[in-house]
Amino acid sequence: MVSLLAAAVLVLTACTPADPASGNRTIKVAYQKTDSFTALDTMFQDAKREFEAANQGVRVELQPIQANDDDYGTKLALALRSPSTAPDVFYEDTFKVRSDVDAGYLLNLDSRLQGWGDWTRFDAGAKEAGKANDGGTYAVPLGTDTRAIWYNRKVFEAAGVALPWRPSSWQDILDTARKIKTSEPDVIPFNMYAGKGTGEGTVMQGFYELLYGTGTSLYDQDSKKWVVGSAGFKDSLTFLETLYKDNLAVPPAELDPNVWKKVFGGWFPKAKLGATVEGSYAPSFWQKGGSYEWPGYGEDMGVAPFPTQNGAAPGAVSMSGGWTLAVGAETKQPDLAFNFLTTALNAKNSLAFTVASSQIAVRTDVAADPGYQSANPFVKDVSGLVAVTRFRPATSDYPRISAAVQEATEAVITGSRTPEQAAADYDTAVAGIVGGDKTIRK
Amino acid sequence: MPANHRTRHVLRYLPVLPAVVLLLVFLAGPVLWAFHASLTNAGLTGRHARNPEWVGLDNYQRLLQDPVFPLSLALTVLFVAGSAILGQNVLGLALAVLMRRARPVVSATVGTAVVAAWVLPEIVAGFAAYAFFSRDGTLNQLLGRFGLGETDWLYALPMVAVVVANVWRGTAFSMLVYRAALNGVPAELTEAAQMDGAGAWQRLAFITLPVIRGSIATNLMLVTLQTLAVFTLIWVMTAGGPANASTTLPVLAYQEAFKFGDIGYGTAVASILILVGGVFGAAYLRLLKEQRP
Repeated sequence: MVSLLAAAVLVLTACTPADPASGNRTIKVAYQKTDSFTALDTMFQDAKREFEAANQGVRVELQPIQANDDDYGTKLALALRSPSTAPDVFYEDTFKVRSDVDAGYLLNLDSRLQGWGDWTRFDAGAKEAGKANDGGTYAVPLGTDTRAIWYNRKVFEAAGVALPWRPSSWQDILDTARKIKTSEPDVIPFNMYAGKGTGEGTVMQGFYELLYGTGTSLYDQDSKKWVVGSAGFKDSLTFLETLYKDNLAVPPAELDPNVWKKVFGGWFPKAKLGATVEGSYAPSFWQKGGSYEWPGYGEDMGVAPFPTQNGAAPGAVSMSGGWTLAVGAETKQPDLAFNFLTTALNAKNSLAFTVASSQIAVRTDVAADPGYQSANPFVKDVSGLVAVTRFRPATSDYPRISAAVQEATEAVITGSRTPEQAAADYDTAVAGIVGGDKTIRK
Repeated sequence: MPANHRTRHVLRYLPVLPAVVLLLVFLAGPVLWAFHASLTNAGLTGRHARNPEWVGLDNYQRLLQDPVFPLSLALTVLFVAGSAILGQNVLGLALAVLMRRARPVVSATVGTAVVAAWVLPEIVAGFAAYAFFSRDGTLNQLLGRFGLGETDWLYALPMVAVVVANVWRGTAFSMLVYRAALNGVPAELTEAAQMDGAGAWQRLAFITLPVIRGSIATNLMLVTLQTLAVFTLIWVMTAGGPANASTTLPVLAYQEAFKFGDIGYGTAVASILILVGGVFGAAYLRLLKEQRP
């Protein structure tokens, strides 16, 4: 019996592939690719050609992962768990950098970055995104984004709103939306994502623009505690409640994970939507080669900063995310992997990617390039928001907190809870997630 | 000779050895791993990703205090009862009985239509069901012709939508099982009952069903366990929403483990799911034993 088992084990082990020869020079690169997001794939294809030509005997193995942001993060994290599946170079969300460094997935790049001349050309603020709690840099920024109000000029003109539109308070938004509602009843006046269906879009393109405009915040950086019981939180929920209760936004049932496709592909081009809060990457869908090509978007669309609650300084709110490239902590060829990263992010490839995906440049030479500045009519407006923008707290508790915020907005827009009740539910949920001692009343 | 006898005894089990090894490696292995992980604070990322700590029954304690857990457990039981035990099982039996009486053309057409849904991969069936129930979907377009207002099925009645979708997708299995079982009912028995004046319903209740009760129990067991594990269909249609209104245990386990990166907690939910499956399985096994004629 024992010998049989031993034989079976031998057979099983024989099935596993033999260890690759030590002279193997292959770099595995993992990144995201979707129907509407192929710019990164193009960038890596170019970098692969360039890198393989410059380094004889090296093979770059591209591993595009076809998934949305959430699922991409999950697949990447699963691959990183085991050194045998971990990619050498990968596309990493800025707000996951810190927790992935804590997990030991990312290689410290400090010594290598010193030897890379281009590093000085990266924007100082953007560099922060690649830093971990220990102060070391673990990821190189690829691009960033901001959020603003995108509005359809035709709809606004028809409703008699003065252009260019620049709301100075929340009340301005509501007044304009009501005006559109009265003059064009078939149009959705002002869309703002809310609820769990739109996931992270609910908070990044909606709730946080409200919350950070009230003078409060989600997380207190100084005390490293989560803010509960704030008036700003309740006010933000009340704004959403008004927007949905007065039918100024879409019916809550429309807010499924695919609603953004309707926003970009249907409602805006067909002048069925007045305005929405969306990312600076919006033109990437409409420009030539985008998923919803719309030649007239430059004339028909306008962009305005999201105002603070009552117009208090600095008068505008924006949220930023952004992505980076990182090197796996357990890569067998750290130098080769880092060299590939620098090829992928050189001035030429960075410029092409930044333009194709309507990103905000993080390299000063790219930002100064005429090709970038004229990539679409809105580059200047959305790049200017970098001055007021905010980032999400990059802690490993964050995904749960975000889910609790989404639940609070859902309860309010469906009318199942009042803003006060929903805010109290949120406070309880936060205390449950991080522990009561990690919350602070403000 | 005892030694020789023992060798023969051992050799007799030789043919099943590969199957046993495969089951241990691919079935028992993951189950034990999941149970072990549920006693740790393993995470997808963060400090505990590679070096999880032993936390004992903490995850299970948290589960008992989680307001979503009882809801999720109830939804799972509702989903299984509605779509497997009542839906697939009863509809499958009804189809099988009716198809024996129908004309061959009708029977073949119905059979093909029912099996077609079963042949589809789960992800495709999920998308088809989403397209059917969604706001601008087929169902609302059909209802619109009769002037019936637009209902957001996936939003207003998510459980009804996923139960109906799962009945649509899974009934073929029960139908096939019952068609085979009905073929095994001796014709003399039903004829004799007919001679004694039993009506169609009486023949079904007192002859057919008792004869095929073994198949009924087996079918119930299989469809229950299959339905307990349904994830893709629900995930594609509603992703557990709105507000957890269709979050069954597999969806909850996925959310916790992969969306929130809490593998320890997610595997605790999965372990409970295995337990629920075990309870159902044990109940059916008892039924099977007791009812043996």
